[in-house]
Amino acid sequence: MKEYDIVVAGAGVIGCATARELSRYTGSVAVLEKNADVCEGTSKANSAIIHAGFDAEPGTLKAKMNVRGNQMMDQLSKELDIPFSRCGAFVVCLREEELPKLRELYERGLKNGVEGLSLLSGEEARRLEPNLTKEVCGALYAKTSGIVCPFELTLGLAESAAINGVRFYFETPVLSLERQGEKWLVHTPKEDFLAKAVVNCAGVHSDELHNMVSEKKLKIQVRKGEYCLLDKSAGKHVGRTIFQLPGKYGKGVLVSPTIHGNLLLGPTAEDVEDRENVRTTASGLQDVLEKSALGVKDVPTRQVITSFTGLRAHELGDDFVLGEAAPGFFDAAGIESPGLSSAAAIGESLAAEIAQKLALGKKEHFDPIRRGVPKLKEMSLAERRKMIEKNPAYGNIICRCEEISEGEILDAIHGVLGAKTLDGVKRRTRAGMGRCQSGFCSPRVMEILSRELSLELSQIRKNQDGSQIVLTRTRGE
Amino acid sequence: MPIIELTCISCPLGCPLKVETDETGNVKGVTGNTCKRGEEYGKKEVSAPVRTVTSTVRLTGGAAPVVSVRTKTDIPKEKIFACMAEIRKASAAAPVHIGDVILDNIADTGVALVATANVEKRA
Amino acid sequence: MKYDVIVIGGGPAGLAAALAAKENGAQEILILEREKELGGILNQCIHNGFGLHTFKEELTGPEYAARFIDRVKEENIPYLLSTTVIDLARQENGVTVTAVSRENGLMTLEGSAAVLAMGCRERPRGALNIPGTRPAGIFSAGTAQRLVNLEGYLPGREVVILGSGDIGLIMARRMTLEGAKVKCVAEIMPYSGGLKRNIVQCLNDYGIPLKLSHTVVDIRGKERVEGVTIAQVDEHNKPIPGTEEDYSCDTLLLSVGLIPENELSRGIGVELSPVTNGPKVNESLGTNIPGVFACGNVLHVHDLVDYVSEEAAEAGKNAARYAAGSGTQEGVEIPVETGGAVRYTVPSRICPDRMEEELVVRFRVGKNMRNAWVCVYAGEKELLRRKRPVMAPGEMEQVKLKKEDLKDALSLRVCTEE
Repeated sequence: MKEYDIVVAGAGVIGCATARELSRYTGSVAVLEKNADVCEGTSKANSAIIHAGFDAEPGTLKAKMNVRGNQMMDQLSKELDIPFSRCGAFVVCLREEELPKLRELYERGLKNGVEGLSLLSGEEARRLEPNLTKEVCGALYAKTSGIVCPFELTLGLAESAAINGVRFYFETPVLSLERQGEKWLVHTPKEDFLAKAVVNCAGVHSDELHNMVSEKKLKIQVRKGEYCLLDKSAGKHVGRTIFQLPGKYGKGVLVSPTIHGNLLLGPTAEDVEDRENVRTTASGLQDVLEKSALGVKDVPTRQVITSFTGLRAHELGDDFVLGEAAPGFFDAAGIESPGLSSAAAIGESLAAEIAQKLALGKKEHFDPIRRGVPKLKEMSLAERRKMIEKNPAYGNIICRCEEISEGEILDAIHGVLGAKTLDGVKRRTRAGMGRCQSGFCSPRVMEILSRELSLELSQIRKNQDGSQIVLTRTRGE
Repeated sequence: MPIIELTCISCPLGCPLKVETDETGNVKGVTGNTCKRGEEYGKKEVSAPVRTVTSTVRLTGGAAPVVSVRTKTDIPKEKIFACMAEIRKASAAAPVHIGDVILDNIADTGVALVATANVEKRA
Repeated sequence: MKYDVIVIGGGPAGLAAALAAKENGAQEILILEREKELGGILNQCIHNGFGLHTFKEELTGPEYAARFIDRVKEENIPYLLSTTVIDLARQENGVTVTAVSRENGLMTLEGSAAVLAMGCRERPRGALNIPGTRPAGIFSAGTAQRLVNLEGYLPGREVVILGSGDIGLIMARRMTLEGAKVKCVAEIMPYSGGLKRNIVQCLNDYGIPLKLSHTVVDIRGKERVEGVTIAQVDEHNKPIPGTEEDYSCDTLLLSVGLIPENELSRGIGVELSPVTNGPKVNESLGTNIPGVFACGNVLHVHDLVDYVSEEAAEAGKNAARYAAGSGTQEGVEIPVETGGAVRYTVPSRICPDRMEEELVVRFRVGKNMRNAWVCVYAGEKELLRRKRPVMAPGEMEQVKLKKEDLKDALSLRVCTEE
C-alpha cells in the first residue's frame, strides 16, 4: 500500500492540471491512470480549441472556468513550453433570419466577461476569411479564441507536476473506494493507495467514481464526435477557427487550423451507450465533410490524412460538476466542452479548495518551468547545426514526413514522463503524424523503443497492452 | 480437345495463353504467347509447374537478423511448402554474400538455396 | 567545392542516374541516401521478377540493386548514407542542398545540377477514410514487407488485404509462406492495379480470393484488429448495402496506391502534375527549375524497376550535360497532350531541338483495354499508330518518337483509340 495526501484519478488534461496546481502546495500527490500514458481519453480527441467563452450560459461553471482558463493560457503555454496561438474564431451565421441569434451570442459573451468580441457583416467576414461561403451573412469574431495541442498541453501539465514532486502511476485504474477512518482507501489491480483526499478526474467514467461515494447521483451521457484531419497543404484554408451558428442545420461543425498546421473538421454529435466507443462511421465522416462545406467553401476533402472519434462526458445537469461531493472526495466530473479551455482554471480552483480542506501551505520552491522536446524543424539552420553538434542524434532523421530526428525521439523516451509506446513517441514528437501516417518511421521508432527500453520488438505496443505491433520473430531466436 | 487457359508469368506482360492438350495430357500447342518463354511456360505449367521460392533465413552475427534467399532456379510448385519448412530451420552466419549457398539441395529438388543480399558482420 | 551533379536518393533511380552522370562526363557526383544502405525500397523486395529487360534474367530486388551498387563503388562515386535532405534551394548557377546526418551534422552542399530521385510513399488508411476503430494491426503493405523481410518479424496471422497493387499481391504470398492465413484481397476497382503475373503466382497459386469492386467498410477491435467488414461497391465506388461480409482477422494490410514524395520539389518551386503528383518534365526529364531533373517513382509511379533505371539514366545523362554547359538549352518546347484513355505522359513537353534521335514517352491508361490503338499525332498528322492486345491501368506503356517526325510539329497528342 502507498500513502499520499492526495490521489488524483485520471491523467487527462483535468487530472494533470489539477495535479500541477496541487504541486504548488506542500502535500504529496499521486495520479492514477488506467491507460499507459497521459491524455488517452476525452482529452486526446477533441477540437483542440481554447474557446473565448461566449458559448456557455452566464453564471454557469462552464462560463466562469472557460473565461478564466482562456486568460491563463498565455503564461501557461510559456511556462510549459507548448505551442499555443490566439488565432481567433468566427461564429458564422448562414441565414439572415438567424442573425438575432448571433447578436444573442455576442451579448452572452459580454456578460461572461469575454474580451475582444465584435460582430461582422458577411462581407467583412469574407474579407478576413476569403474561403467563407457566400451564404455567410454575418459573423461573431472572437479574437481571444485560440488553438493548442491537447496532448502537449496535458503532457506539459503532467511533466510540470512531476517535476514538482507528483508521482504518476500508469495502467493503474481505480476499481473502488473505501472510507478508512478519515481517509480513502483506493483499490487498483496493482496495489492500494491511502489518501486524505481523492480527486475525481475520470472523464467519461467520472459518474461511476462519484456514485461510489455520493448519494447525489450523477449520470454521464457519452457523446461521440467524429473528426477528419487534413494534410498540412490544406492547413491555411482558413486562418481562424470557423464555427457555425447552431441553427436549422443543427449544431454544425467547425473548420479550424490546428496548432501544427493541419486543418481539422468536425465534430459530429451522437449519444452512445458504450463508453469506449471510439469508432468512426461512414455516415459520421460523410456528415463532417458535408457540413463543413456549409460555411467554408472548397474544403480540400481529398487531403484527409486521418479521421478519429472523441468522446465527450456530458453530464445530464448540463454543467461542470466541481467540488467536494463527499468528505475528502472532490469532483471534476462532466467535463465536456469547454473542458480543455477550462482545464487550467478548474485545476486552480480545485487545488485551492483541497489545500484549504487539508490545510496545506504553498511550497517554497515551486518550479513553474518545464521544457518540451526540442523541435528542430522549427529552428533556424544555425540553431539546428549547433544542436546537432551537441548531440549528433539530432542529425539522424527518423520520421521523414515531419522531419523528426532520433535525438527528439530519445528525448521523448527519456523525458520526465517518457514515452513507452509508439503512440507515446508520436504524440510527444509528431513522428508518424505526417502524410504517410507512420508507414516509413514506425519500424524504426519500434527499433529505438526496443533498444532504449530493453524490450523485444514484439513487446513494443501501439498504446495499451494488447496493442503489440508485431507478433513473433519469423526465424527463431 | 481440352484447352487450358493460363496467364503467362514469365514476364510482366502477362500474356493470355491457350494450351491445347490431347486426352493423355500431352501438349499439342500453345497460342497467345508473344515469345518463346511463353510457349515453354505454357507447356510446363500444364504438365509440371515450377516456381522460384524467395524468403529469408536466420542470420547469426550479422548487421541484420535475417538474410534474403532464393532457390537458385525454379523448383516444382508442389514443393514450395516443403521448401519453406527447410528455410525456416536453416541459418547462416555473417558475412553472407549474394550467391552464397545456404542449402545445397533444398527439399530434395536438387536445387540450391542461395543468398540474395550482402550482409556483413555486425559492427 | 561545387558538385556537378547531386543525386537525392540512392534507390534504383538515384543509382542509375549517378552512373549515367559519370558516364557522361560529370566529375564530381554525390549521392545522398537517407537509409543506412544504398538500394532503396529494392532491399525489402526480396521476391524475384526484377531485371528481365535490363539483365535478361530474373533477379530479386536486392540482387538487382547490388548490380548498380557494385558499379557505383567501382566508379568511386561518393555517397552519404543515413543522410536526409531537408531543403533544396535555387541559386544563381544551380542548387543548394541542405542535408543532415549523425556523422556530418548539418551540411550545405552546392551543385550545378540536381537529380530528384526520392521515390514514393504509400497512401495511408486515413486517405481512404475507412471507418471503424484504430487498433494495432493496420499496416501499409510496404511497412509489413519491411517488418517481415528486413526485421524478421511476423506482423500477424490472419490477414485481409485491401488493394491489389503489386506490393499487396506480393505480401499476400509472402505472408502465406510465413504461415499466415490470407483470407482475401479486396480491390475497390473492377480490375487489379497489379501485374497479371502477380495475380497468378501470388494469389491463384495459394487459393487466395481476389474480390474486385469490394472495399473495407469497417474495422473492428480495440487494442488489436479483430475483424473487418468488406462490401461490394457500385460504379461510383459507394458500398452497396446488404453486401457486407465480416472477416475475422488480426491484420489489415493496405496496398492502396503510391504517392511520389515531392516535399523537396515543392520547396524549390518545381511544378507538379496533378495527375502523377510528380514534377512536370520536358524531354530531358528537366523540371521547370533549371538544373533540376527528376526520375523514378518521384516523377511518376512505375510498375517495373527496369524502366526506372532506363529513365534515371536519361536524367543522369542530361544532368551531367547541363552541369558541363554542353548541349543546347535553346529551343521551343511543345506540349504533349493526352487523349482517349491516356491519363498522362512523361515527358509532358518536348523540345524537338534538344531531343535525341529517339525519345521514349511513357504513359498510363485509365482503364482496361483490349486490341486498342496507341496513336500519336502532330497536329492533324498521324505520326504513329500501334495496336496493343492488352492495356491496363496497372501497367506502364510507352511509345518511341523520332526527332525527324517532330521537326515542324507545333503540338503533340498521345492517345488511345478503340
